[in-house]
Amino acid sequence: MSGTMRLSELQAGSEAKIQGFAPGFKEAGRLREMGLLPGTKIQLIRWAPLGDPLEIKVRGYHLSLRKQEADSVEVVVSSP
Amino acid sequence: MTTPHALPSGTALTFALVGNPNCGKTTVFNCLTGMRQKVGNYPGVTVEKKVGQFFSLHGKPMQLVDLPGAYSLTPRSPDEEITRDVLLGARADTRRPDRVVCVVDASNLERNLFLVTQILDLGLPTIVALNMTDVAEDKGLTVDAEALSLELGVPVVSCRAHQKAGITELRQAMGREILPAAVRKWKLPDMLESALLRVQSCLVNQHEIDPSVSFVKALDLLGSPSDQRAGTCARCESFLKTADDQLAKEERSPHEAIVSARYDYAQGVCERVVRSGPGGRQDLSDRLDAVFTHPVWGWVAFLFTMGLMFFSIFTVATYPMDWVDKSFGSLADWVRAVMPPGDLRGLLADGVIAGVGGVLVFLPQILILFFFIGLLEDTGYMARAAFIMDRVMSRVGLHGKSFIPLLSSYACAIPGIMATRTIENPKDRLVTILVAPLMSCSARLPVYTLMIAALLPNETVPALQKAGLMMALYAVGTVGAFFFAGLFKKTLMRGETPVFIMELPPYRLPSLGAVVMQMLNRSKLFVRRAGTVILGLSILLWFMTAYPKSGSDSSTVQLEQSIAGKLGKIIEPVVKPLGFDWKIGIGLIGSFAAREVFVSTMSIVYNVEDDSDVTVPLRDNMLKEKWPDGSPVYTPLVCVSLLLFYVIALQCMATIAVVRRETNSWKWPLFQLGYLTGTAYLASLIVFQTGKFLGF
Repeated sequence: MSGTMRLSELQAGSEAKIQGFAPGFKEAGRLREMGLLPGTKIQLIRWAPLGDPLEIKVRGYHLSLRKQEADSVEVVVSSP
Repeated sequence: MTTPHALPSGTALTFALVGNPNCGKTTVFNCLTGMRQKVGNYPGVTVEKKVGQFFSLHGKPMQLVDLPGAYSLTPRSPDEEITRDVLLGARADTRRPDRVVCVVDASNLERNLFLVTQILDLGLPTIVALNMTDVAEDKGLTVDAEALSLELGVPVVSCRAHQKAGITELRQAMGREILPAAVRKWKLPDMLESALLRVQSCLVNQHEIDPSVSFVKALDLLGSPSDQRAGTCARCESFLKTADDQLAKEERSPHEAIVSARYDYAQGVCERVVRSGPGGRQDLSDRLDAVFTHPVWGWVAFLFTMGLMFFSIFTVATYPMDWVDKSFGSLADWVRAVMPPGDLRGLLADGVIAGVGGVLVFLPQILILFFFIGLLEDTGYMARAAFIMDRVMSRVGLHGKSFIPLLSSYACAIPGIMATRTIENPKDRLVTILVAPLMSCSARLPVYTLMIAALLPNETVPALQKAGLMMALYAVGTVGAFFFAGLFKKTLMRGETPVFIMELPPYRLPSLGAVVMQMLNRSKLFVRRAGTVILGLSILLWFMTAYPKSGSDSSTVQLEQSIAGKLGKIIEPVVKPLGFDWKIGIGLIGSFAAREVFVSTMSIVYNVEDDSDVTVPLRDNMLKEKWPDGSPVYTPLVCVSLLLFYVIALQCMATIAVVRRETNSWKWPLFQLGYLTGTAYLASLIVFQTGKFLGF
């Protein structure tokens, strides 16, 4: 499976590359500075027990963000 | 102006300590300065200002300013704004530091180097403290400090601040006579780079911008959208336009281009200085996470941790609290015994000693709570607790980290409000502070017990019914807290999208020293800042009950004749619609010292001998109390109305003092006093009047 998806649509354990952010997304600047840039590899580690937020691994560290923000992060799923 | 390159003679050299959150910066600060720290606030904001003194290895005094942790110098929060402004010398209250120590997490080097590139842009003499090398090794990563130093062009000192290792070497590096200014190593793509340099030279030559900050200003201009650039001339604009056109062709934003260039550089450096081998304990961290965020075991661990913490604050703390209470009680008795009766004796025994005791009695809870919070933060569990609770808290617009302060507030709002410091977002923090007093604290328990006894006087009432009523009171407060949190998020804080972008640092063994240090610092701060206000108000309350003198030996008569007694009568018309008489009015006024004072005040009002268990005789006297027309004062409806008032109203000057301290203004504590007491009044009014109408 490959193609552009939202970060919030990924399954736990799947890997992807950042493609960009939805236009007008206010947290784009913060996320870029935390290392989420076009082409950066990420892995979705897990969803929180109540279904939100989610946890990703990026540049060797773990970051959590809410589904609301993850909706605005576009990713390309790497083919298995 | 002193040159940044050599030690200026006479003055203490000032270092700024900067770094990402979770990089161990505070531990480095504590290692260097020990207890020689001064904690204050930056004027006008609620950001903490920490300055410490220490000596170089040659005995030269040096000063260290601990700047708030930041992921970037692009200010996105008041914390990061302070960090940036201090480093640029843009704050009137803080001198621009002479040198910078940048703490980086060796186990997370790439992202930490992003901030390093921004720090080095400032051109200040800089030392990099490569911290947490042990955590990196657990992950199977070895960072070559010497190679990193060559790459960055600044001294790099390896350390493990948790074990106090490498601190001497760091002090040695900091005390060097000559420390070269940092030079920028990362580069933008050619077209952008040349535009940037031209803008910079235009700023220096045409706009007389200080060369030391010109690069950062030029980069700011390049990174901001074309319609938001200020202070440029036609020349600058033409250079910026070339850059904008180039970026438009590549379909990139200037911000993305700059951040990418920094990360490309950081990634390159990491490839050259980090060697990776087989991971060891990192797997352990991941395995622990699989348990602590597990849909079942995660909750078990969470409930156990929170239960243990709550139990400690709620019950273990009562022993030292009783001890403080009794000691100050005996001290007051002793003063009464040795001093001749008079105003001075009264002031000392009932005003000052009671006031100091009233401050210190909070200490056991504050110490225990901050010990736990220190442990939770130091081990990395705090972020996980926020991770699993965020869904619940976000329903009312709060942050996952609001949970612990609110839970702690069931024991006492004072430590709970102080615990909100772990919430980075100032709006989330403020809302949490505003609703924290709605969580029924332990000081309300004696009042609840007394009033439930008055409401259900029959000894045969099953205990279960009383317990159910008690739980209902807790529930009303909790639901109220969530209701108001949601309301404030929609009104006061409107326009702020709550975001939750939080790092989950690897688990690690806590450093007991660091935890204890933080606990002591917090407690010191409480005693010094809030304590003085509480003491002052205690003396004022004593004065109100002691003057004017009635001349009678009966404390009941004295209280009636005092200012407080008269105030009780004055407010009677205001509280009568709630079903309260002026005697209850006195109790309400006395409650401002602490809510449980209601019980002792009412004992004096109803002339009950001070006994170990006053509840039963006091209840009996209360139930005999009649209005002038002969109808009983304490009808069940009045008891319910009074209980509801105590659940909601903010009757605690210590809370007001702490909120004043934490928000750095009188505006929020007064607002809080107004909205809580106003709501309490309305709720009691509606309940009492409706109940009366229905014939209860």
